[in-house]
Amino acid sequence: MEFSDPKVQLQIAYLLGGSMVVVNFALLYQSRMSSVINAFAIHATILGLAVAWQANVQNAPNLYITAAIALVFKALALPAALHYVVRKLNVHRTVEMVFGTGLTMMAGVALVGLAVMIMQPVTQHSGALVTIDLIFAMAVLFLGVLMMITRRNAVTQVIGFMAMENGLILAAVGVHGMPLVVEISVALAVLVAFIVFGLFLFRIRERFYSLDVRYLDPDSRIPQ
Amino acid sequence: MELITEGLIQIAQTALVLALAPGLTGLVRWVKARLLRRRGTPILQVYSDFARLLRKKVVVAHNASWLFRLVPYLVFNAVWTAASLVPTFSTQLLFAPAADLIALIALLSSARFGLALGALDIGTSFGGLGASREMMIASLAEPAMLMIVFTVSLFAGTTHLPAVAEYMSQHQAFLQVSVLLAAIAMVIVSLAETARIPVDNPATHLELTMVHEAMVLEYSGRHLALIEAAGSLKLVLYLSLFCCLFVPWGIAHQAATPLDILAGLGIWVIKLAVGAVLLAVLETCLAKMRLFRLADLLGGGFLFGLLSVILMFVFGSL
Repeated sequence: MEFSDPKVQLQIAYLLGGSMVVVNFALLYQSRMSSVINAFAIHATILGLAVAWQANVQNAPNLYITAAIALVFKALALPAALHYVVRKLNVHRTVEMVFGTGLTMMAGVALVGLAVMIMQPVTQHSGALVTIDLIFAMAVLFLGVLMMITRRNAVTQVIGFMAMENGLILAAVGVHGMPLVVEISVALAVLVAFIVFGLFLFRIRERFYSLDVRYLDPDSRIPQ
Repeated sequence: MELITEGLIQIAQTALVLALAPGLTGLVRWVKARLLRRRGTPILQVYSDFARLLRKKVVVAHNASWLFRLVPYLVFNAVWTAASLVPTFSTQLLFAPAADLIALIALLSSARFGLALGALDIGTSFGGLGASREMMIASLAEPAMLMIVFTVSLFAGTTHLPAVAEYMSQHQAFLQVSVLLAAIAMVIVSLAETARIPVDNPATHLELTMVHEAMVLEYSGRHLALIEAAGSLKLVLYLSLFCCLFVPWGIAHQAATPLDILAGLGIWVIKLAVGAVLLAVLETCLAKMRLFRLADLLGGGFLFGLLSVILMFVFGSL
């Protein structure tokens, strides 16, 4: 097998992007908090590999830094911190969902179909690698949003948000020469968002003794 | 000459799948026991179990009809035929023209149908319970299997197994994301079809949640031996089918020398052993699922299959 063969390069990029979508479905499927966090770590690891592969293919060494950021911060630091938060806050260890798993997964497949239908006509003239990359990035983005809106617990919503962020980075590295400044700012934005969410979670818990976001709704009839 | 070679290979495979099946089951049990830090029964124990069962007298319930006696033979023969059709170490089998994915699924379904009928025949509550659960699982697993068949046939252009194996080994199929998705779906379906842990527990017939064991609870003697052998054969079949579809390296193709065939044989045995160890590890890591959560698992398998078909349609040309 020749790694310099453009077709093989294409297939590997395609495989890594596809694996991210697969892990995203695993994220949607998990019913325990710690497995969701572990699945997110895998998600970020694959993102790191996909970015590194793009750096190799596009001959853009600055993308290796983005890959390193993904691997160190998102695959190691953030999951460790989230495990800590879950332990510290005594968060309910099961994932609370708005709909059942089956319905959510079906919606996920429909969203992947939607991503294909949106991105294929848009990127018609920019080469197969870009098309595939953007389709998968869009799918990851959609699935992240789906995860955010179908989960009750704030921690899982944070994970959905970060999975969405991973999709954005996947989209950003797919197009040629995104400047490094932007990447670092994106990575920092994730960290900032994480900190903000952390504070937010502590606050919600202090106020309501639970991380269930339904308490934030003034009209909700949940007894406190 | 070719006819003779093909015939010999076919006979060898038919005998080998049957000879290796109890050993494979024994290997899975042994690895599982070792992982739980138990000593485990020797791998060859399963062979002596079969010998013991074959020696024993058959005890049949009073109200059992002829169907009950017929079912073990029917199930065993259907599964054995299916197992000898899958290209394991060579695609040059005498019955290769019949080795079609759809035919294979039909054979396995008829075996399952027979088993469920036999379980219902004696009218005990466990039999009916097991049969209804088995049918529920089958109705969830079959659509997922169909999606896998669609993906494979879209990719390779045929459902003919030897041709699929040949195509897959030449076209770097493992790099295709659709094939990856289909492989994941195949793992889920195989776990359901071979009654392994997240779906059913093969190690016990004392649980209220049992499925396969509940159906065969009333069988004894040589009938039980045949049904257990069919179960072992099914494990060999699904592992071989997985290898043939997704990791087809080493299978001897057309115009293979005897040396190639021997190498293919060795590689097949190694693949089976690796598969058995991986299965044991997987089973140790997972807990048995609640019956009503199975719909999620198998539905997930179906969705992976569906996704792989969609992606195959979109990117098939790339």
